[in-house]
Amino acid sequence: MNIPGLKPAGSCGGGCASKEKGADVHRRDFLKSGAALATLTLAPGVTLMAMGNGVAAKANPGVRWGLLIDAGKCPSDCNACVTACSDEHGWENNGLDTDPQWIRKVTLKDRETGRENSLPVMCQHCENPPCVDVCPTGASFKREDGIVLVDRHTCIGCRYCMMACPFKARSFLHEKVTDQKVTTPRGKGTVEGCNMCVHKLDRGDGTTACVEACNATGNNAMIFGDMNDPDSDISKALASYPSIELRADLKLNLGVRYQNI
Amino acid sequence: MERIIYRELKSTPKVWGLLALLGVFIAAAGAVVLYVEHYGHIVTGMNNQIVWGLPHVFAIFLIVAASGALNVASIGSVFGKVAYKPMARLSALLAIALLVGGLAVLVLDLGRPDRLIVTMTNFNFTSIFTWNILLYTGFMVIVAIYIYTQMARGLPSYAVKTAGLAAFLWRLILTTGTGSIFGWLVARQAYDAAIMAPLFIVLSFAIGMASFLLVVMGITRMTGRAFGPELRTRLARLLAIFIAALLYFTTVQHLTNIYAAEHWGVETFILRDGGIYTFLFWGVQVLIGGLVPMGILFHPTLGKQARMVVLSSLLVIAGGFAQLYVIVIGGQAFPLEIFPGYDVSSSFSDGVVNAYTPSMLELILGLGGVALALAITIIGMKFLRILPNSLSDANVAPKT
Repeated sequence: MNIPGLKPAGSCGGGCASKEKGADVHRRDFLKSGAALATLTLAPGVTLMAMGNGVAAKANPGVRWGLLIDAGKCPSDCNACVTACSDEHGWENNGLDTDPQWIRKVTLKDRETGRENSLPVMCQHCENPPCVDVCPTGASFKREDGIVLVDRHTCIGCRYCMMACPFKARSFLHEKVTDQKVTTPRGKGTVEGCNMCVHKLDRGDGTTACVEACNATGNNAMIFGDMNDPDSDISKALASYPSIELRADLKLNLGVRYQNI
Repeated sequence: MERIIYRELKSTPKVWGLLALLGVFIAAAGAVVLYVEHYGHIVTGMNNQIVWGLPHVFAIFLIVAASGALNVASIGSVFGKVAYKPMARLSALLAIALLVGGLAVLVLDLGRPDRLIVTMTNFNFTSIFTWNILLYTGFMVIVAIYIYTQMARGLPSYAVKTAGLAAFLWRLILTTGTGSIFGWLVARQAYDAAIMAPLFIVLSFAIGMASFLLVVMGITRMTGRAFGPELRTRLARLLAIFIAALLYFTTVQHLTNIYAAEHWGVETFILRDGGIYTFLFWGVQVLIGGLVPMGILFHPTLGKQARMVVLSSLLVIAGGFAQLYVIVIGGQAFPLEIFPGYDVSSSFSDGVVNAYTPSMLELILGLGGVALALAITIIGMKFLRILPNSLSDANVAPKT
């Protein structure tokens, strides 16, 4: 559902996920109490956002959401994950340097052997994220379930996180956005990036748009799941086959792992 | 020993004319801020690869120069050189003014400058930016107190010395913080180096002294007050030593990188293949902004000519600006090494040198910051007793 130009105040879907702080909780309670009134008086979409907020804060500290990407199963001509992310969150890449890209396909060619392959790169959801370290206001933050997010209410648009990210995972919104997705509030002058479809996870979908799209193509190159749960598909795959982290030298302990690069 | 009498600037057409001119630049920068605020950064030359552009070069230049502008005051108060003391008030005022000008550019380039208050209410103490907010505001307060101790009557003599020492130590920490904005960035090959902090401190010595020389020579000439040639030559010689130190630190920075194979890519880029960045490094930073002014200022006759001191100071400022341009923009232009050993390509400029052409808007914003700094300095001198009636050589100890 799209609500053009709507800027949610104090409450939002998982996309901006305000932190669980004292002041926020009170504000949230206040908004929830007004939800019934909102149902009667405002557009249904607004109500949906106000209600959805309570779910957004329910990050489970026992969980570490992660992605495993098998580059061996990722065809160079497939862009399904990128398209799905763009559709899910409402960002558009029209080929300009100023356009946001939350996820991109990168083609690799081994300088020694000439072997080529292709894989998607997005926010790696580090356990020790440099973007969170450098953010002056704490707008860049990590949820207890390992998802690294930007709180659009406190992002001042300084772009230090973009300087600090080793993966170019973040984009700055250079112009006004229209037709925003209700679940992914965005704003000119703030920074954004992959949020691991936090709104889908918080409503219990158990997966992300990119993984759904990848599976729909039949390539099955991406596995999503809880890396803390030894019985999850991702944990089993990680335990069975070799995998790597990008820039492992930085010891950031990434939530996204790759196989067969 | 001559008695030093500080006097406000007189209301001359020249002073008001200069302020009016600076006001035009400030107003233009204000208009740019509103324009960019309305349309977004799409109207600037910055993009998702070069996220910090020309405004940041201006801002960092002014902030680093601010710290260095305090040199003269520190030499007088902390190191007890009597000849420098009459210039201490101007030195401290210029330091505050440059810092305000730099910070103005920095915060007005934010994606959401309207949220500046958020930086005062939400602190993240692992961020060097947060520390810098405290360091910058603290610097202004401490230097303001320092000026007060110099101007107030009846204070004990240790008050000036204590405030001067506090300001001196604070400025060293402040510039460490500014250098560490880059020094602590592990992600990019051009940064992530401990030498960034001392490099920025030495850079501050050089461009701060050059800025001070230009301001003091300009304002004494404009107001017809004396500025002794011996005093000028001393400052100029000091500037030459600072240039030498800056060249030394720059050499060590690059030699250290060249030694490690992992940095060959970025070093080759800056030193040989980087186009505009290579030109700015060798041509402007090292040659025009380093070796040439150092040669002039160390020269036994050229270094004593007022015109040559002005020229050298301008060249040092050009060199320092080029150095920051190479660090800030060049460091981002070189592609991130996410996949060492692979040639990479993508729709998001992976593996390619990122292009950046600064827009006129960014230039106007940056110049607005410079104008603001100068305007604050002039207004300060206009209403406060900052500048002595005479900076003649009467207080300079004769050479033995």
